[in-house]
Amino acid sequence: MKQFLSFVKKEFYHIGRDRRTLFILLGMPIMQIIIFGFALTNEVKNSKIAILDNAQDVASAAISSELEASRYFDIVSELHSYKDIEAAFRKGTIKLAVVFPQQFNNDLQHFNTAQIQLVADASDPNVATTLTNYATAVIMDYQDRVTNGRKLPYTIKTEMRMLYNPQLKGAYSFVPGVMAMVLMLVCTMMTAITVVREKETGTMEIMLVSPVRPMKIVMAKAVPYLLLSMINIASILLLSVFVLDVPINGSLLLLIAESVLFILTSLALGLLISSSTDSQQTAMFISLTGLFLPTVMLSGFMFPIENMPLPLRIISNVVPSKWYYDIVKSVMIKGLGITAIWKETLILAGMTLFFLTLAIKKFKIRLA
Amino acid sequence: MPAVVANNIVKKYGKKKDVVEALHGISFEAEQGELFGIIGPDGAGKTSLFRILTTLLLPDGGSATVDGLDIVKDFKEIRNRVGYMPGRFSLYQDLTVAENMEFFATIFNTTIEENYDLVKDIYSQIEPFKDRRAGKLSGGMKQKLALSCALIHRPSVLFLDEPTTGVDSVSRKEFWEMLRNLKKQGITILVSTPYMDEASLCDRVALVQNGKLLSVNTPAGVRTAFGKPLLAVRATNMLALLNHLKQSGAIADAYPFGEYHHAVMRGSYDVEQLRHYLLQLGHEHVDIQAIEPDIEDCFMDLMKN
Repeated sequence: MKQFLSFVKKEFYHIGRDRRTLFILLGMPIMQIIIFGFALTNEVKNSKIAILDNAQDVASAAISSELEASRYFDIVSELHSYKDIEAAFRKGTIKLAVVFPQQFNNDLQHFNTAQIQLVADASDPNVATTLTNYATAVIMDYQDRVTNGRKLPYTIKTEMRMLYNPQLKGAYSFVPGVMAMVLMLVCTMMTAITVVREKETGTMEIMLVSPVRPMKIVMAKAVPYLLLSMINIASILLLSVFVLDVPINGSLLLLIAESVLFILTSLALGLLISSSTDSQQTAMFISLTGLFLPTVMLSGFMFPIENMPLPLRIISNVVPSKWYYDIVKSVMIKGLGITAIWKETLILAGMTLFFLTLAIKKFKIRLA
Repeated sequence: MPAVVANNIVKKYGKKKDVVEALHGISFEAEQGELFGIIGPDGAGKTSLFRILTTLLLPDGGSATVDGLDIVKDFKEIRNRVGYMPGRFSLYQDLTVAENMEFFATIFNTTIEENYDLVKDIYSQIEPFKDRRAGKLSGGMKQKLALSCALIHRPSVLFLDEPTTGVDSVSRKEFWEMLRNLKKQGITILVSTPYMDEASLCDRVALVQNGKLLSVNTPAGVRTAFGKPLLAVRATNMLALLNHLKQSGAIADAYPFGEYHHAVMRGSYDVEQLRHYLLQLGHEHVDIQAIEPDIEDCFMDLMKN
């Protein structure tokens, strides 16, 4: 035990004396939350739109003003002909154009049906879809008010409710994503690098010719990073609650416990990488391409897994961060308890055990 | 029981096609409490041999025991007992002198206080700098710290891989002084070095070249075994002199050696005759001395046979 503690102490010296790395490790999650929270957002706010109002009547004016009133849209120009639409899109001044036909109100009142055309710039398909949805919703609202009290034959009304995230905030999905990413990066890459560094500097050579069990060397490396990651989790959660208004709907304790489990998974992976490599560069390369990229791509945080082709969906199951991402979303956003996530938890625990056993088995007790 | 027994050790590196054989069957014995030197140039296989004996590498052939323990089977027990100082400075550069010492004491399940008497002579020299980071020490001080760390658990056998390489001559002398003192404490010391002049400071030496053992003997024994007369020759034009010495029928071998050329003579010889031969060839200020061979002469001789 004394041996182990002295190892841990030594690791803390290493980390504490490398100020720059420490600063990056602690600052990275904060930077990422801020960048994702304020700069890289895919929410649609104040999008510039244009109106081509061929009707110029009560109904078209009412709809236009409602569009203007919504926080999603800014009407930047009134167009006068179809050609102007094309021109405005080319210039990039607008993302959406709303076209009212002649006799709009007339049609609506007398034939009980009228058309509005929405023209969107689909060079960014997600934005285009979102904008047309928002505009449709505003128009529907208006229709509801007009038809209020009147009986329409055969209408199906869809009523939408966005559960857990009624405002469709991006933060709800990227906070769990950033947590998975940061933990993966700090735990896996840093532990892999520190173990391999001992091989590179030759200290591992001395360590091997000593009574210390390899298990202890490896475990002691993990302890400081476990602590460091806890700090990171705390800073991410604090930032998301107080700065980004993302609530922790479920149990905080469960969230922390699950995070510790994921940290252990990442640490075990880092140790496994270090056991199989001999240079810091290789260790870093494997951690980045083998783990960091899949975390970003295949955890469902950037791209929905459901839309991926089958092979990728299968591969995504072996990415630990996918399970952690699901867990955090369930606990933090949906407010679910352990009964809802026991399967994911079990998978993570199983992975941890597997990686750790493999890491210790593969630990070289000799130089070659 | 000898402290270290190596029996026909073979070590190969590389895969099938280009295998390099680093050690071709090395055998020797080092007695308890002996200061045993492994002497050979770079690439002779010294480090491979040390790594095998310290259980860091597995031999491809042969066997060895350290302290009576098999290096393959009983590697765990050997790791408890031996002290090892690799050729490259391998302590934690970002830890201070004291922190390094404490760390190594703890991992060997001991404390600095417990074995302080053993390392006192060495450690006391660097103790004034104990709050300095190991990476900021001078070369000589690094060696002292590394030696202290390797000794802190009172090893029965101490393996020092080229401890004096890259260390200035004063520190080298001090270092050998320290080894002599350690020997008095009954520790068996195996030390490797590329410097021939350090051979005479060992109790016995093994001369190694290209993974082969040339000779195992006491330094005096190695010199006696030379068995041929040796002359040191000097003149104004050293380059021409060397060529002329090599051409002489009376001389078996000639090679540059510091300010002189050394000439190994064939059986009986006559200094005056040689002087006459050289003067005739136009050499000036010819200086010829009969000398005793040192280890380097012996090494050159053994290498040629």
